[in-house]
Amino acid sequence: MLAGGANDVVIEFRGVSYQLDSRQTILHRLNLEVRRGETLVLLGRSGSGKTTTLKLINRLLVPTEGEVLVEGRGTLVWDPIRLRRRIGYVIQEIGLFPHCTVERNVGLVPAAEGWPAEKRRERVRELLDLVGLEPAMAARYPHELSGGQRQRVGVARALAAGPPMLLMDEPFGALDPLTRAELQREFQSLQRRLRKTIVFVTHDLREALLVATRIGLLEAGRLVGLYTPEEFLRAPDPLAADYAAAFRTAENPTERGER
Amino acid sequence: MSLLEFFLRNREGVLELTLEHLWLVGVSILLAVAIGLPLGILLTRWPRARRPVLGGANIMQTIPSLALFAFLLPLPWLGERADRIAITALTLYALLPIIRNTYAGITGVDPAVVEAGRGMGLTDRQLLFKVELPLALGVIIAGIRVAAVTSVGVATIAAAIGAGGLGEYIFRGLAMVSNQLILAGAIPAALLALLADGTLGLIERRLRPAQ
Ligand SMILES: Nc1ncnc2c1ncn2[C@@H]1O[C@H](COP(=O)(O)OP(=O)(O)OP(=O)(O)O)[C@@H](O)[C@H]1O
Ligand SMILES: [Mg+2]
Repeated sequence: MLAGGANDVVIEFRGVSYQLDSRQTILHRLNLEVRRGETLVLLGRSGSGKTTTLKLINRLLVPTEGEVLVEGRGTLVWDPIRLRRRIGYVIQEIGLFPHCTVERNVGLVPAAEGWPAEKRRERVRELLDLVGLEPAMAARYPHELSGGQRQRVGVARALAAGPPMLLMDEPFGALDPLTRAELQREFQSLQRRLRKTIVFVTHDLREALLVATRIGLLEAGRLVGLYTPEEFLRAPDPLAADYAAAFRTAENPTERGER
Repeated sequence: MSLLEFFLRNREGVLELTLEHLWLVGVSILLAVAIGLPLGILLTRWPRARRPVLGGANIMQTIPSLALFAFLLPLPWLGERADRIAITALTLYALLPIIRNTYAGITGVDPAVVEAGRGMGLTDRQLLFKVELPLALGVIIAGIRVAAVTSVGVATIAAAIGAGGLGEYIFRGLAMVSNQLILAGAIPAALLALLADGTLGLIERRLRPAQ
């Protein structure tokens, strides 16, 4: 284990490539460090390799070249089950278990870890409260929830066993702007309290600027830049500039065309 | 003598043959589930076995039942008793729908749900028993249902080799050109099929996960 310290590197990509076959390379020579307690946002358009990057961290995929280190150890060295239990994962499609109540969805990893029932119930209540859901929701099934509520349950489930790391794949995608903004605000206050190491995927710059400590810009399987939110808006990289311009236009529609 | 009279007069005989029929079908289906369910699960873990296993089960189904009985007859132990032959044949027939539906049910589980389970660190076993099987259960039961209903019909032919069951009346009726005797076998068999269909259908509906 690494010693404590604000700038510890918790997740590290070292020259990581991921190839499907000899013709299709999805990630090219990725180098990236994620520090303890930060929220690193991976920003990029659809198909740029964001989800693939996340799956390399919890070993749902293994690199075809290079290595991914988690807490100083290569993912191939880790026991995959222990590795995944240390990393909460909010998948893009949410993927709640349709045959389980909210309570069982959230409590599944604690159950697998052998927590006693009482402690589990306590934990589920605490987590639902944390993500802003009524305790009564615990008895519902996923199909009885709204999209936003499902996404909250997905986050609660990822947090269940108290993992120090969190991978969030467009956790607030497919929501109306108001609910989305609400969840983003809640995420910020959550992160202020929990201080997890988070890799957060989005294709929405506004969201990235809101939650990120740093933003990694992915394009066609390459990391083309790594910025703090302030740097990002002034970045010389043409792609970053495009994002920034689109963002400013969206913020101030009247300025359209003056740039 | 009307059919109703026949049933009243021979209720013990009818009951006995019905129970015998039920026993042949029940034992075969239990065996087929015991073999087919693990096999179906295996196919999802080991896709290379899919073609040979499903192909084999498919061929089984194309063999006419009388021929299958005849093939089994010379086998040691199995061939010694008619009910063993009948149960073996019925089991072989029931395998295909059970294997196929187990495989289809598990591979048909929403990949996002499986990925979420794997991503949160469920072991293969936990994934199978807590996620995949519960979600596939409705489809699996549907396969058992098809197998059971078919089995009730095929089992009537078991009487041809002396394994008993409601086929006895049917074959006797054929020999004596008595519609009444044929119906005395066919009607309870049809009712059995309906019963199996209804019961398993009910279970199937209760087990299908809500969408
Ligand atoms: N199993 C697969 N088979 C074929 N192609 C794949 C597979 N997985 C990913 N890809 C391809 O790899 C590229 C990157 O995919 P990835 O899912 O990482 O993109 P993404 O950045 O998460 O996109 P999105 O924002 O749409 O979720 C895409 O072009 C995708 O089509
Ligand atoms: Mg994605």
